[in-house]
Amino acid sequence: MRLPRIPAGLPVAALAGLVLALLPFTMSGYHEALAVQVAIFFIAILGLNILTGYTGQISIGHGAFMAIGGYTTAVMSHYHHTNLILTLPMAFAIAFVCGVLVGIPALRFSGVYLALATFALAVSVPQLSLKFSKFLGARNGLQTSKSVSHDWLYGVSWSCAAILFVLAWLVLRGRTGRAFRAVRDSEVAAVSTGISLPIYKVLAFGISAAFAGVAGSIFVLATFGYAQPDEFGVILSLEILVGAAVAGLGSLWGVLAGAAFIGLLPFISSSAPLIGSNHGEDVVRGLIVVAVMLLLPNGVAGLLARLARLRRV
Amino acid sequence: MGVRRFTGDLSLPVLAGLAAACVFLVVGCLSSSIFAQQTVAGLAQGVIYGSLALALVLIYRATEVINFAQGELAMATTYIAYQLTQWGVSYWAAFFLTLAIAFVLGVAIQVTVIRPIQHSVIAVVIVTIGLFVLIDGLVTWKFGADLKFMPAPFGNRVYHVGAVTFARQDLGTLVVAIGSVVVLWLLFKYTKLGLAMRAAALRPAAASLVGVRVKAMLAIGWGLAAVLGAIAGLMTEPTTFLQPTMMQAVLLYAFAAAVLGGLESPAGAVIGGLALGVFLNLIGQYIGFATSELRLPIAFAVLLGVLLLKPSGLFGHRKVRRV
Repeated sequence: MRLPRIPAGLPVAALAGLVLALLPFTMSGYHEALAVQVAIFFIAILGLNILTGYTGQISIGHGAFMAIGGYTTAVMSHYHHTNLILTLPMAFAIAFVCGVLVGIPALRFSGVYLALATFALAVSVPQLSLKFSKFLGARNGLQTSKSVSHDWLYGVSWSCAAILFVLAWLVLRGRTGRAFRAVRDSEVAAVSTGISLPIYKVLAFGISAAFAGVAGSIFVLATFGYAQPDEFGVILSLEILVGAAVAGLGSLWGVLAGAAFIGLLPFISSSAPLIGSNHGEDVVRGLIVVAVMLLLPNGVAGLLARLARLRRV
Repeated sequence: MGVRRFTGDLSLPVLAGLAAACVFLVVGCLSSSIFAQQTVAGLAQGVIYGSLALALVLIYRATEVINFAQGELAMATTYIAYQLTQWGVSYWAAFFLTLAIAFVLGVAIQVTVIRPIQHSVIAVVIVTIGLFVLIDGLVTWKFGADLKFMPAPFGNRVYHVGAVTFARQDLGTLVVAIGSVVVLWLLFKYTKLGLAMRAAALRPAAASLVGVRVKAMLAIGWGLAAVLGAIAGLMTEPTTFLQPTMMQAVLLYAFAAAVLGGLESPAGAVIGGLALGVFLNLIGQYIGFATSELRLPIAFAVLLGVLLLKPSGLFGHRKVRRV
């Protein structure tokens, strides 16, 4: 009997999980909040990576799916007092449906056109909460009926991150993942081997949006339960894309680095003496993005892969 | 692959639609002074969208990528003009100096960060987003986020024609932007450089075989795009004043305008901008549902609608891909 091959990254992932589980015992509330931010971006970047990295469809609109997930949580809790944990799968499901609905027209676009169309989404969706202000609370936002502690958030966010990471890994390693990659590498070749382009492209959009939806839910819980339109602006969508680029498209192992980059940069740059002001944060972020794309076109994941190859030689 | 022509050909229905729209506007302007005022204001805003859209189209035609930093670059060059006027340079001297600086900046960006990764659309999009964040951060860091004011280029006078008031600012904007578009058109149509740039954009391999320096032409294209952006920025400044976010909404409208006209068509970009400006102003005036917070979503509904119904835009032509 042949033992199933254990991928090289698995022990690393297990170790990372253990460290993450032990960390809250040593951290202050502030650092825990930072770690929650990292978890949120981890989930969102994971989702975007499935779409952009594995299926080759670019999206600059994942902030919109986060908004949909976030408002799902806020609305369910505010109006129906639903258990907050239960709103997470709801956000997953609703964002999945929205992702599929967006994915169907997106079949007609590729490349730059898709980038523009999804960008339109990122701009428009948060504005809807201003238009339907009675229901969605306008600029002040809509608050969940209950608020949660730092420890609760930390536990829930990283549990979700772990579950979704495993889910992404399972989806991507099998038949579906191969189909995604085939679509990315050559649509013509994929079709000729019997892969249905519409089904897999739309499926990737749905899964990806669902991940972003969960990230949006936790995002709302982490901002004291407020779902606010300004928090889900275009910048958020750009941050997710930038994080995915830093992480490395088409590989899951760099996602943590990408998430840490986006989640921790405000904290690092505000305490750096060189830059000082919070505008320095943007300078650093922009510089790093450009540098990463020029020097490490495959992001941190590409760097890890190169290191692994070096060690083997 | 079909050959892309410089001026996209106009189909008859589109032409008829445009003519009908023009007749509608003229009749509307003659019968209502508010309508006329909104139309002129819309044209003045639309021509700014059009200039920035044209900048996007210039780059798209050459390399099939979109520069998400185009608006921020325009904003940064406007700050450069502001700094020059602070140093005592007169407005119009600063204006033309800024255009020269913008050209150099555009070329420099293309050569240093775009050229090495040109083969990948996703990489270029991400790098321009990085530039967006970087430029935004640099300007805010240097000048702060508060409003700054430049001398008004055309003064604050208004003209009265019957019951209609036209701002001199709006008319000046129209003249400058349309003038710059005409100059650009002459450059492309009647100069050797223009011919070489068109060749490099349409058939890079063939162009380099007959001795066109394709790489240099692409860099010059980015430079010209930056110049157009600078004009758009300088013309936006009198209405929004100087602030780091001044071009963000304009860039979004420019996206919609460029898609409306067809991403491949320079003439389409300008007309798309004008049409969008007038359309947004008129429905804002006359349709109660279209409140100001829906201005952007409506522009993007136009963008999505065009993409879904006629992805090549009003002036583009359909690309046929052979498998």
